[in-house]
Amino acid sequence: MNLRLLAWKSLTSRRSTAILTIVSIAVSVVLLLGVEKIRINAQSSFANTISGTDLIVGARSGSIQLLLYSVFRIGNATNNISWKSYQTVAQKKGIKWTIPISLGDSHRGFRVMGTNKDYFSFYQYGQKRNLKLITGKPFNDLFDTVIGSEVARSLSYSVGDEVIISHGTVSTSFSEHKDKPFIISGILEHTGTPVDRTVHVSLEGIEAMHVNWQGLVKKRKVGNILSEANLQPESITAFLIGLDSKIMSFKLQRFINEYTAEPLLAIFPGIALYELWSLMSVAEKALLIISIFVVIASLTGMLAVSLAGLNERRREVAILRSVGASHWHIMGLLITETLLLTLVGILLGIAILYSAIGLGQPIIEANYGLFIPISLPNKREFVMISILLFTGFTVGLIPAYRAYRNSLADGMSTRL
Amino acid sequence: MHQPVLNAPLIQLENVDFSWHAKASPSIRSGKLCIDRHEHVFIQGASGSGKSTLLNIIGGIVTPQRGQVEVVGQDFRKIREVQRDRVRADHIGFIFQQFNLIPYLSILENVTLPCRFSDVRRQNAIERSGSVANEAIYLLSRLYSEAKFGFDRNSSELSVGQQQRVAAARALIGQPQLIIADEPTSSLDYDSRQAFMDLLFDEVKTSGSTLLYVSHDPTHQHLFDRVIDMPAISLQDSANL
Repeated sequence: MNLRLLAWKSLTSRRSTAILTIVSIAVSVVLLLGVEKIRINAQSSFANTISGTDLIVGARSGSIQLLLYSVFRIGNATNNISWKSYQTVAQKKGIKWTIPISLGDSHRGFRVMGTNKDYFSFYQYGQKRNLKLITGKPFNDLFDTVIGSEVARSLSYSVGDEVIISHGTVSTSFSEHKDKPFIISGILEHTGTPVDRTVHVSLEGIEAMHVNWQGLVKKRKVGNILSEANLQPESITAFLIGLDSKIMSFKLQRFINEYTAEPLLAIFPGIALYELWSLMSVAEKALLIISIFVVIASLTGMLAVSLAGLNERRREVAILRSVGASHWHIMGLLITETLLLTLVGILLGIAILYSAIGLGQPIIEANYGLFIPISLPNKREFVMISILLFTGFTVGLIPAYRAYRNSLADGMSTRL
Repeated sequence: MHQPVLNAPLIQLENVDFSWHAKASPSIRSGKLCIDRHEHVFIQGASGSGKSTLLNIIGGIVTPQRGQVEVVGQDFRKIREVQRDRVRADHIGFIFQQFNLIPYLSILENVTLPCRFSDVRRQNAIERSGSVANEAIYLLSRLYSEAKFGFDRNSSELSVGQQQRVAAARALIGQPQLIIADEPTSSLDYDSRQAFMDLLFDEVKTSGSTLLYVSHDPTHQHLFDRVIDMPAISLQDSANL
């Protein structure tokens, strides 16, 4: 006996309630798997943001705050650190490289970061991957800039274009360094990290841009002033350190944290990332719990619909019994119905989720820097789907048992 | 398949006691019934006399608390519930008073429904007409001749009279040995009743099935080989009344 066909026909005859049940299950699946997808990709993109760096050094504040502004370009530093302190630390023994970071300006919503050429040789993300230029070359000239892939994509920039940098980090800032436009010399390969949304210039470029700025007089003849100016920066926002040997790192961290001339803070990026992630995991867990409750609500809805329909179906059960259906057939029919609803709901949910990811991918990446690939469900997602299916089956047992009890009491004749 | 001795009665009930609930007074007490093969039997009884209980016992839907039930050579006390379901699926076709059809299935799907539950009846149908669908169409065209096509229509669109004829086709498909009709004409008007009875008898005679017809209305008694009064089967215990 093909119960699936019978179950399917029975469901399609009650199309509207079936569709509503399926939709509610689909919504819960979208939420459950969506949260999971975001969590997984946020976590991996998080962990992949920076690698190969042993210490991050900035003015004394919180370690998460330092991580946020130096690596994620979120928020601002409360204080800068002096060039002198930077040089003192950078010349310590055992240090392989340092990358200075100077933040504070922006270009149409993208952060501008002043650094030096070491950035292109030593900065690493993901599994120890170096930055690569897809076109052009690193900045050579004072007013050269290298932009991240997302900057290039969303603003349709190519090598040779002019970039005007605004003072401050607001995209609609009125105070722009219009007199000193930068020229794009190179575009970086996509990394899936905040690098993609960064406009990189040299430290000297940052200094040059701000020459005469404090007087708020925008003079035409920039060249003259620049040639006179000392472009050695007074201070930077933070710097990254790569060591010859990791054994050094604790000693160096203590040295920096106990540095007397200036209050400095050195953090291990891995630990700070972990701290930051544990902060966010509270929200992630809350989301997961909410989606579990939505799943429970949708399954309860399915159960309610199924139970409510049972009384009207006593006649149907009696007819099936009369043509030879056993109790197992009747229970199988009801279980198959709820399983079908759950299964179709899950499939619809997955379809909705994937099309949403497909459509929303560029938007999410542009706004949150989070790239969510369209990938097959991972093991955890499979487990979630299986649990959902199994729960659907279990929920189906309840109306199945009720139908069995009814049919025992009714026999072939029912009170109509 | 287990083939019983041909001369043995098709249905044999002896000393059957049955009540729906443990504490209720029995619906059937010391019931006795014996029906031979190819017999057309009319069982008459007022409502509440235990007719539907009797049909549930013969159909193997319920088992009596006491007594012997043998249908198509199978002793219902000795076989499991699933096997009783099989006997019902393979050998019995039911027609009820009304609401015989599954509303979400088409006419054709309703008629072929027993063949989904019984290989025996499916084989019989295929042997006779080449396929289950052909057999269903053949039966429908005999019982329901004005509708030559449109058997894929939804059964809920049919009138009561039409539904009863579809139900008869379903009871007959695959030539079950026993047709049980429970007041099949009571929801029909007089002309339809007559036509329905004629068609039913034609088909039962053609297929050689045994017919067990239950009704409180004695109008059609004369068509049957034998008439049994329900009280003769279900002896109410006067002490309990």
